[in-house]
Amino acid sequence: MALPAPVPQEPIIAQPAHLEPPVIDLHGLSVSFGHRPILKNLRGDLRGKAIGLLGPNGAGKTTLIHTLLGFHQPSAGTAHIFGHDISEHAKQIRALIGYMPERDSFIAKMSAVHFVRLMGELSGLPAEAALERAHEALFYVGLGEARYRRLETYSLGMKQLAKLAQAIVHGPKLIFLDEPTNGLDPPARLRMIKLIREIRDSGHANILLSSHLLVDVEECCDEILILRDGQIAVYCNLEEERKSNRKFLMLETRGDQTKFVKALEKLGCEYAVSSANRLKIVLQEGVEVRDLYRIAEEEQVQLRRLSYKRDSLEDIFLKAMENGYGGL
Amino acid sequence: MAVYEQTYKPYTGRLTPEWSRFLIIPRHAFRGVFNSKLFTAFYVICFLPLLVEAILIYLHHNITALAIMNLNARQLIPIDGSFFQYFVNIQGGFAFFVALLVGPPLVSRDLRNNALPLYLCRPFSRTEYVMGKMSVLLILLSWMTWIPQLLMFLFQSYLEGFTWFRSNLWIASGIVIAGLVWILLLALLSQTVSALLKWRVVASAAMLGLVFIPSVFAGIVNFIFQTRWANILSLFALMGNVTAGLFGTFDRVSGRVQITDFNDNVVREILLVEPPLWACWAALFIFCAVCLAILHWKVKAYEVVR
Repeated sequence: MALPAPVPQEPIIAQPAHLEPPVIDLHGLSVSFGHRPILKNLRGDLRGKAIGLLGPNGAGKTTLIHTLLGFHQPSAGTAHIFGHDISEHAKQIRALIGYMPERDSFIAKMSAVHFVRLMGELSGLPAEAALERAHEALFYVGLGEARYRRLETYSLGMKQLAKLAQAIVHGPKLIFLDEPTNGLDPPARLRMIKLIREIRDSGHANILLSSHLLVDVEECCDEILILRDGQIAVYCNLEEERKSNRKFLMLETRGDQTKFVKALEKLGCEYAVSSANRLKIVLQEGVEVRDLYRIAEEEQVQLRRLSYKRDSLEDIFLKAMENGYGGL
Repeated sequence: MAVYEQTYKPYTGRLTPEWSRFLIIPRHAFRGVFNSKLFTAFYVICFLPLLVEAILIYLHHNITALAIMNLNARQLIPIDGSFFQYFVNIQGGFAFFVALLVGPPLVSRDLRNNALPLYLCRPFSRTEYVMGKMSVLLILLSWMTWIPQLLMFLFQSYLEGFTWFRSNLWIASGIVIAGLVWILLLALLSQTVSALLKWRVVASAAMLGLVFIPSVFAGIVNFIFQTRWANILSLFALMGNVTAGLFGTFDRVSGRVQITDFNDNVVREILLVEPPLWACWAALFIFCAVCLAILHWKVKAYEVVR
């Protein structure tokens, strides 16, 4: 029997990332409570798979999340989530979002599965689908065995996981996690981080993670947004930041440093002499570490120590707190 | 679910229509409400007056039964507007106690456990939340007030004939309107108290106080000043007047006080005049507006500290 001729198919052309609407697009977003400005003219396109929202207490992290959810009205400007305006399409936006609040939040006198099911139904899932996904979500976060227990009887760690389950039960495209590891012991924290990374790596949802714990953000996020006094202090891609820092070397030498430095100049490397035998070097494109060893041998200089300087997130954060505002 | 399937998945199935989502709240709430055997028993007791009403209607039309009981149809209460008004008032009283038991924890429990952000971060508005919470009471109280009363009216119409039904349709409208107004008031009052107070017991006490204290105060003022205008402060009196108006039994002069001299001669007669019906309706309307304003102010995902 002859096989039917294959139907010619349209080639699937992936839309370049820069043409897709940004996850969150801030258009001069300002929020005031009374006469007190909380968020001041925030601007920028956030496109990361997992965006870390950092800042000291009172910087406006939670207010930003609440404004994006439509809990507060912007006093000026607006924001778009996946291209939808937060002021005009609040309901459509909330259908795309899952939110895990910072504070202890649950509905009393309900088992976890009943609670997550109710949250699923409120998100628009039919009753049967909501029940099925409530079971799945609770198994996924690791509360499968405790899903029929009342939420009041849960430990803090379990309540955090139940909050995560209700945030993902309807399969949102964007998940807001407000201090998800608050109050968790180390094993529970690791479990939460693992879940967040799994969700990020699934490719089905973007994450906005607000946390005080820099290490959590560093482990989960590819982009960070640092707020300070309601303004954007830093927005950067962590991976690119790391890559750029890979070219930044700290050297400790022994011998006549001047000839070595001149040779580096000829290679086009920027440098700074920090003491008689210490150098900081930024390697140019095409210059490798082995070139440094070669020059050192030629100029009779010993390289006693060579290390990459990698800005940790803590460095970036502290720099942002010192330097003031550097928007996008 | 198989272990290998435990991964994050988006949902791609159909969604429920947005307009119907507020009904999810009563559906889940009823499960909790009827979990209490004590409440279920009380709720069943609330239907006993309806049984009496049905028996009375039946007796009116069953000569054999009357003969067995040695009764004459004239000895029974006539089945007219006043008959239905009487039972509407009785069921209204029971409805108040059901509202007192069910209403106060509805919002206060969510406030105490910070559950409002969980509702409102979804495609679910504050209005839908309030409608959902109110419909818990509206549905529960409808089952025991105007719906069975309407069935009683239809029962009487069935036994009496179509002519009676046609000429007494105004009774049906009275039953429905009086029932709806009362349960709406109870639902609004209990939700407002519940939104203001986080503790169930305190909220129940406050609801009781808000209804009875103004009524007692109105009674004292009425007694001192020999009037009935203070009834404008009493929810029970207002509702009584409005119900009487709907059933055509409202009389502005609700009593007389005779002032006598030492020889028991009447010196002066004071008429106790009720506030007009429009004033009663206006007072109820203002009461509802205040409740709605408080609910609008209190039902928010987060309190903003300005």
